Amino acid sequence: MEKKEMVCIVCPVGCRLEVFEDDKSKSGYIVKNAACPRGEIYAVKELKNPTRVVTSTVKIKNGLLNRLPVKTDGTISKDKIFECMEIINSIEVDAPIKVGHIIVENVLGEGVNIIATRSMALAEKE
Amino acid sequence: MLKYDIVIIGGGPAGLAAAIEAKKNGIDSILVIERDRELGGILQQCIHNGFGLHIFKEELTGPEYAEKFIEELENIGIEYKLDTMVLDVTDDKIVNAINTKDGVLTIKSKAVIFAMGCRERTRGAINIAGSRPSGVYNAGMAQRLINMEGVMVGKKVMILGSGDIGLIMARRLTLEGAEVIGVLSRDNFAAGLMRNVVQCLEDYNIPLMLRQTISKINGKDRVESVVVVNLDENKKPISGSETVYECDTLLLSVGLIPENELSRNAGIKIDRATKGPIVNESMETNVNGIFACGNVVHVHDLVDYVTEESRRAGKSAAGFVKGELNNNESFIETKPSKGINYIVPHKIRVENLEKSLELFMRVRGVYKNSKLVVKLNDKIIKELKKRHMTPSEMEKIVINKSLLSEQKDAVLTVEVVKEA
Amino acid sequence: MYDVTIIGAGIIGTFIARELARYTLRIALLEKDNDVANGTTKANSAIIHAGYDAKSGTLKAKFNALGNPMFDKVCEELDVPFKRIGSLVLAFSEDQMETLGELYEQGRQNKIPDLRILNRDEVKAIEPNISEYVVGALHAPTAGIVGPWELAMALAENAVDNNVDLMLNNEVIKIEKQEDSYVIFTNEQQIKTKYVINCAGVYADNLHNMVAKPSFEIIPRRGQYFVLDKSEGNITNSILFQCPTKLGKGVLVLPTVHENILIGPDAEDIENKENTETTEERLCYVMEASRKTLSNVPFNSVITSFAGLRAKPSTEDFIIEESNQSKGFINVAGIESPGLSAAPAIAEYVVNMLRDMDGSFKLNEEFNPIRRKMTVFMALNEEEKKEIIKKDPRYGRVICRCENITEGEIVDSINRNAGARTFDGVKRRVRPGMGRCQGGFCGPRVMEILARELGEDIVDIVKDSKKSYIATGLTKNNV
Repeated sequence: MEKKEMVCIVCPVGCRLEVFEDDKSKSGYIVKNAACPRGEIYAVKELKNPTRVVTSTVKIKNGLLNRLPVKTDGTISKDKIFECMEIINSIEVDAPIKVGHIIVENVLGEGVNIIATRSMALAEKE
Repeated sequence: MLKYDIVIIGGGPAGLAAAIEAKKNGIDSILVIERDRELGGILQQCIHNGFGLHIFKEELTGPEYAEKFIEELENIGIEYKLDTMVLDVTDDKIVNAINTKDGVLTIKSKAVIFAMGCRERTRGAINIAGSRPSGVYNAGMAQRLINMEGVMVGKKVMILGSGDIGLIMARRLTLEGAEVIGVLSRDNFAAGLMRNVVQCLEDYNIPLMLRQTISKINGKDRVESVVVVNLDENKKPISGSETVYECDTLLLSVGLIPENELSRNAGIKIDRATKGPIVNESMETNVNGIFACGNVVHVHDLVDYVTEESRRAGKSAAGFVKGELNNNESFIETKPSKGINYIVPHKIRVENLEKSLELFMRVRGVYKNSKLVVKLNDKIIKELKKRHMTPSEMEKIVINKSLLSEQKDAVLTVEVVKEA
Repeated sequence: MYDVTIIGAGIIGTFIARELARYTLRIALLEKDNDVANGTTKANSAIIHAGYDAKSGTLKAKFNALGNPMFDKVCEELDVPFKRIGSLVLAFSEDQMETLGELYEQGRQNKIPDLRILNRDEVKAIEPNISEYVVGALHAPTAGIVGPWELAMALAENAVDNNVDLMLNNEVIKIEKQEDSYVIFTNEQQIKTKYVINCAGVYADNLHNMVAKPSFEIIPRRGQYFVLDKSEGNITNSILFQCPTKLGKGVLVLPTVHENILIGPDAEDIENKENTETTEERLCYVMEASRKTLSNVPFNSVITSFAGLRAKPSTEDFIIEESNQSKGFINVAGIESPGLSAAPAIAEYVVNMLRDMDGSFKLNEEFNPIRRKMTVFMALNEEEKKEIIKKDPRYGRVICRCENITEGEIVDSINRNAGARTFDGVKRRVRPGMGRCQGGFCGPRVMEILARELGEDIVDIVKDSKKSYIATGLTKNNV
């Protein structure tokens, strides 16, 4: 049976996981060296359908800054990151905005939204 | 002259946590002084996620992490001044600052907390030969330009330094349409977290170029190319191994240095290893009533630890103002031993500990299957097994107060021991 | 038509421009780069030599001796940092003490005041950090340090204040001699002028050869330096030379007017007149050589390194004369060390020469030698600080955290005559980015201020030359 080594990216601990195929287990794999259960979930997902959170910025008008930071509020398929970036790059929002505000709903049809990761006030006029 | 109980210099994660904690411990007269246009510090430019797993049990981006604290600070009514620069702090805790609205501010405070953070090492400090064109950026400056100003810094980029900022910026640049040629590390491992190597480099097929560095920058006006050289086991360049890479941009992520100019002027003693103040268990410096926390003390890799440490500083400063901080002259001194680069705090007055002592440290090299051994006056009081340790990941050891309580004027050491 | 066109806005060109502005002339000052003081002037040892070093009877000796005492007045008028801190030539053996004796004698011939030979203890009393191997020194109290590019920028500003036309980004391609005048072709325009003064630094021979047969050559001689952080500023208070030997002049350790420490240079003749690259090998040499001077040189406090080119003349001495092949074309060439020290005296000499030659120069009664003072916020006392912030709140906003430089100072540096137009231009005038973070924090803010004050887009702000773009565009704009 084949062994796969990978580093868990769920948290900064970065467990060095060993994954074995196993028909008997429910997920189809056995995961070793994970310090927490999330590592096991990550490993299986990474092999079946790897996903990532995307963080970036969008243009914002009249804001304190020129760009508003955003993220996907869940993970999207890894192979759709650049598609997601294209959508993010085409958006412009207006200040003021509150953290958590949904900027794009259900992006890429994966049930995940793009949300603001900070509040931004209107620019002060000098 | 303005008067406050506690003045906190710096409104980043350290200053925010210290201020909130001081307030929660019964001090109402608090002022946070921030030099930037808003609170939050460097977190505001760290738009990637990975913050808050310890403190909030969820994964947040830098601005989200900052905003939680900023909101709390405002809710509990702590005063702050933005766009305000502290020019000088005296050892009797008079703070001189300026801004556009108040002009020159002179503030007398009972306690002061230093939370100025750190700055990046530069090209000059690492002495790369060659010309001096545009297109050579510190990674943090590039991060600010891209994430906050919306200014793109390059099209074809080489990154020197595999610390977390370098790794994160490799991904950011790629997502914004730049081509990242590679990330160079002088060691045979990446300096940043493994998870960042995976999700910032491997995900995007960006090469991690180990045991290599830049020997020369070419380009009259803008960077045109860089010369990359292989390093031998002693990190000396191997002549003849030079390769020229065409690029228009070089990002430097070659380390952070605590920013302690104010501290030095206030007469605070600096640890040569951390380049930050020597502090005790309460995060108090050698100057009575001046505390320090966060990256101004030692460079952290997790903001969550900055928050914990700063809460301790805030609480202690409150205790100091209320006269509750025990100022016993006798203390345990901590000393890094074999394999350990530094330990924070440097001095421990056991009476001021609540239940336990938290020691933060960095190891000197990469260790596999080793243990951290804590000794008090040469007697082992704690051992911690570690599968993997590297200088880029800070180690934390919690020691129960009862193990320390009987000791005074003792020396506590930590060393790395390889397991058989 | 211009009366006089000066080619090259380095220390010599700017000094001459300002000196000429004392007369009612139409004067053009051409510079090929995007700022003044961008060649040798921005990368040298920044020393005003006492004058014992140049061989008696040479132009170098003459103008150094004349130039040195002129600095107090001109730096006062132009508000440029200048400090007479004195120099020591260190001897490391008895043989070298003999060389010091020879230098002392030469100094006497050159009429340099107050020279003294000191023994070891006397040297130690002045500079306690000096190496144990020092046996004595030649002390020259009149030697000083100056901000060389600040001086050239101030001269350019004062020249423009007095109606000199400064034209940046004008590289001379061709010069045509006409009967009583010249036509200068630059990449931008044609300029008709009666006289041409060639102050083109390492390119002076190329310029000269546009109107005459080659009669001298300028060899670029590169020198490399380290700059140490201000925190080490007290390791020496004097300019420390090493006694010259057959192997060379040794390297210098000295404080700068801004309290950094400067260490260097080496000397290397090179081919390419644009090659200001630093090399690992040469910087290592500088590092090693400096250890002879001080027992402990804190190289962990290096904040930057750089290289500069000296304009070494094939004739070995300054070339200051009208071309004998081309009337009205005046060469001021080969101004290597002690060129900075000699510059005010050279300018005076050249202008007098031109005046006598022409015979029709009239004094400009409106000439104002005073440049409006630069406000250095941190040098103000508390009352003055309050006052200036009240008048202009931008002085209450610190942009550079390392050197505490305010927005007010940066804006002022941009809005003066011959003001800053680039990132490096701001840095050289008021120093944000010169400190230990080298612009890491203040960089984006300085770009923003430049864009705002110049009415340009932030993307169009350059570091130095026109092609040294900083931003490659805006994010999110490729869609």
